[in-house]
This record gives sequence, C-alpha cells and structure tokens, in this order.
Amino acid sequence: MQKPEIAIVGGGPAGLSAALSAVRQGAEVMLIDRDPALGGQLVKQTHMFFGSKKEYAAIRGIDIPGQLMAALEEDGKGKFAPVLNTTVLGYYDDGVILADREEEQAMLIKPQKTIIATGAAEKMLPFPGNDLPGVYGAGAVQTLMNVYGIKPGARVLMIGAGNIGLIVSYQLMQAGVEVAAIIEGAPKIGGYLVHATKVRRAGIPIKTSHTIKEAYGNKSVEGALICSLDENWCAVPGSELDMKVDVICLAVGLTPQTELLWQAGCEQKYIPELGGYVPLRNEKMQTSLPDLYVAGDVACIEEAGSAMVEGKIAGLYAAADLGYDENVEEHYSSFARELEELRGGPTGAKIKQGLSRLNGGVEQC
Amino acid sequence: MLEKTGVPEPEQIKKITPSEERLQKGPVAVVECFQNIPCDPCLYACRHGAIKEFEDINDLPVIDHELCNGCGLCISECPGLAIFVIDATYGEEEGLIKMPYEYLPLPGQEEEVNGIDTEGQAVCSARVIKVQNTKALDRTPVVTLAVPRQHLMRVRSFVRKGGE
Repeated sequence: MQKPEIAIVGGGPAGLSAALSAVRQGAEVMLIDRDPALGGQLVKQTHMFFGSKKEYAAIRGIDIPGQLMAALEEDGKGKFAPVLNTTVLGYYDDGVILADREEEQAMLIKPQKTIIATGAAEKMLPFPGNDLPGVYGAGAVQTLMNVYGIKPGARVLMIGAGNIGLIVSYQLMQAGVEVAAIIEGAPKIGGYLVHATKVRRAGIPIKTSHTIKEAYGNKSVEGALICSLDENWCAVPGSELDMKVDVICLAVGLTPQTELLWQAGCEQKYIPELGGYVPLRNEKMQTSLPDLYVAGDVACIEEAGSAMVEGKIAGLYAAADLGYDENVEEHYSSFARELEELRGGPTGAKIKQGLSRLNGGVEQC
Repeated sequence: MLEKTGVPEPEQIKKITPSEERLQKGPVAVVECFQNIPCDPCLYACRHGAIKEFEDINDLPVIDHELCNGCGLCISECPGLAIFVIDATYGEEEGLIKMPYEYLPLPGQEEEVNGIDTEGQAVCSARVIKVQNTKALDRTPVVTLAVPRQHLMRVRSFVRKGGE
C-alpha cells in the first residue's frame, strides 16, 4: 500500500493548484486523475479566462495546465507524483483510498491527508426524446471539438445561456458548426454578458424565457420543438416553434461530484446556490473529517479562478497540518483576499449567499 | 434589454462613445463592457494609464479618452472581446475599426466583407485594411476594417462575402 503524505483526487484547476501549494510548503503529494493528461476541464477551454491578471486572466484555459505543471516540476522536484489513467472508486472508514488503474491491478493508498477535487457533473434535462443520439451534454461537445477535432453535427440547438452554453456556442461557431439558437428558461441570460454579445454579433439568436418541449427524429435527432414560457415558467399556448437541428446540446448547469465525500461520511448540506449537496468545511477547506479537504467545483459550483484559489488554501492547510507550516497565516490571508475579491461583485453574490447558508449564517438579501 | 437579448442598448453605447472632439484627434479605444464581473486584464494591458485604476476587481473599466492613443494593445487582452479601437480621421467618408476576430480562415488584405452589427445583421460593406496575428496577440487576431464613418460605433464584426 502506498502511503503519500497528501493524496489529491482530481487534477483539474483546483487539484493542480492544491498540489502546487502543498509542495511549496514542503509536503509530498500524489495527484490522482482518471484522464491520460492533467488539467481536468481546462484541456478543452480554448477561450481566454476572466478574473484577476494575477491569476491567469486573459490566458486560455488550455494553456493553464502547462503553466501549473511547469511550476510543479520546478518547485515539486522529488515531491510530486502524478498518477494518471487512475479512477478513485472508494474512500473507506480507515482513510484508505481504492483506485482502479485500467489494465493494471487496483491500487490501495493510505495518505495522511486527502484533498478531494473531483469537480462537477453536468445536469440532465427531462424532455421527450432526450435519449435520442444527437442529444449531448455541453462538456461532450467541447471534448469532441476541442480535444479530438470532431464536429458533433451540422446545426445545433443550445439549451442554456449560462457561461457554458454561451462559450460552447461560440466555440461551435469557431469550428464551423451552425448554432440555430440558444434558448434559456430564465427571463435573463445567466452567463457573462460579454460572452452573450460575442455570440449575438456572430448571428446566434438568444431566446430567454424559452424551453425545449421535445426532441424528435427517427434514429437520431432531426429537430426540436421549443416554446416560450410565461412568468410562472408555464408554456405559452401557441408559441411552439419547430427547429430543424441534428444536435441538441444541454448546458443546464452543474452539480458537485460528491460521491467520495458521501462514502467518507462527510457532513453535507443541500445548498441550491452552490449547485446541490456540498460538504461543510471551515475556512481551511477542511471538511467535518479532519484529514479530508475539498477544493473547486466539488465544494461549490464556481469559476476556475476561484477553484484555483480554493485549491491553494486546501493544499496549504493539508501541508500545514502535517507540520509544513511556514508562513501559513501570511499565505492564507493573501489567498483569502483573492477569493473575497473574486466573489465581491454582483456575480459573486449568489455564491456568498450560498456559503453563508452552508455555514448556518443568516441569509442576506 | 442587454440581459435578455445579449444586445447592448443604444443608451449604453452612447455612454461609452468618445466625444466628437476627441474622435477628430485620432484613434481611440471603446470598451463595451457593461456588467460588473471579476475581471481586470484591460487595466494591465494599457501602457498609458488610460484605463482608470480599479478599486475593486468587479469595477467596470472606465477609459480616459484623452490619455488613450488608440494603440490597441488592450483589444486582444480582453477575455470578453469587448474592446474596439475606432479612428474617425482615416478619410473623408471612411473610418477605421480595429476588432478582435477569432475565426478561421482570416480574411485577406483589401478583401471586401460585410460589416455586422451587435445583432448579427449586415449593415454595410467594409474593406479589410490590415490583419494582425502576431505571437503577442496569442491567437486573438486583430482585424482593421474601413467602414463608412457613420457606422464606426455600429459595426462590431464581419462576415466574408460569398462565405457563410
């Protein structure tokens, strides 16, 4: 059985940042990821990131893993062990992790501290025909196009005008795929408005207060019926529209991937603003189990920028609790300030409200 | 309404339009960023201090048109692709717009294209004056278009004629 000082599950932005922060404190880190390359969802984010110039803003998502890996190689010499193509299946009462290694034998790991950074899963939308080939999650569309260079189809209906729906629509246009429309159930666009203006000037209509009624097609998607919604989210009679598309792309939100946390027995609470069930944790990103930390979307559905800062905090304290506690307070206050800044504006208000509910605080209006 | 349609309102555009007096002096940047989001690269892109220091990362960029010389360094640095440089002094009838353009294939110099507005509608014929795609632009090429002067605050993209 392997016994690293710290094991991190998930090599996306949060996990990579946690690893960097922990090795910089002096701890040994094993970073486990199910994919053949580190980076998580960053490997398909071809657009420039928002956020703070200090924290990778204006850099394309696809370029961030390389920068973090270079820093890890430099600062983590002899201390950083990435384990790829390995899926963590279980977390047991005695703190042992079971991981599946494709063709090889399963692996047992007993770290002193574990950071769960497993990210999020896409939500599904119930409608007749949603099991037809041609109905995709936005993540799959992005993977096909941006990782493998494969067009998902010729004409797409995008469901959801959050950041993912808007960005994937833009990337579809860049790949030469027509986007017939972006529809959104809510009366307002959920994503950043600069993304919305970018796809609008590319000629893609955005229909707010609209939903999909059904997908139809013989063997695969041939079209979709959409309709508009009134202020009570009820279909407006006679508003049906038939759209000929061969792809329906769902970008209807994410939910934290908390299975390992349930297995571990962490206390969790259902907080809609944070994306569903999320683990209780303190300011160190430590869960109700003292040896278990969290970071990124598994803790709260947010932007990659905040996920990276949460990773830095989790990595810092996992290391500090092992005795690698040099300048901990100084580092923490700078990380905490970054998070506060990122969540300071109107777009961060929902997150802050959710976090306050999670901590049993009074709800703010 | 911008939040509903993704199209900025005329009043919002009016607010960020440089004065006629300033336009007469040469190229100047316009920042079409209307939502407080945590984002600040434009601030660091400007070497002339024309984008006012933020108190908070969620602040909207405010550009001092007197300090801005229209160099365009900010165009490819904006993750929202929301910055354009307009030059009303290019000719009697025509002005120039520099815009970010992340589609392939890139147009050729002197190519005639259709100028597109914020709703995706063609508004006029336009001519490609310059296509910049240096390493520093980091895969956000900047295309300079000549358009009729009255469309300088209207054209925000283009499509190639006979293309898609």
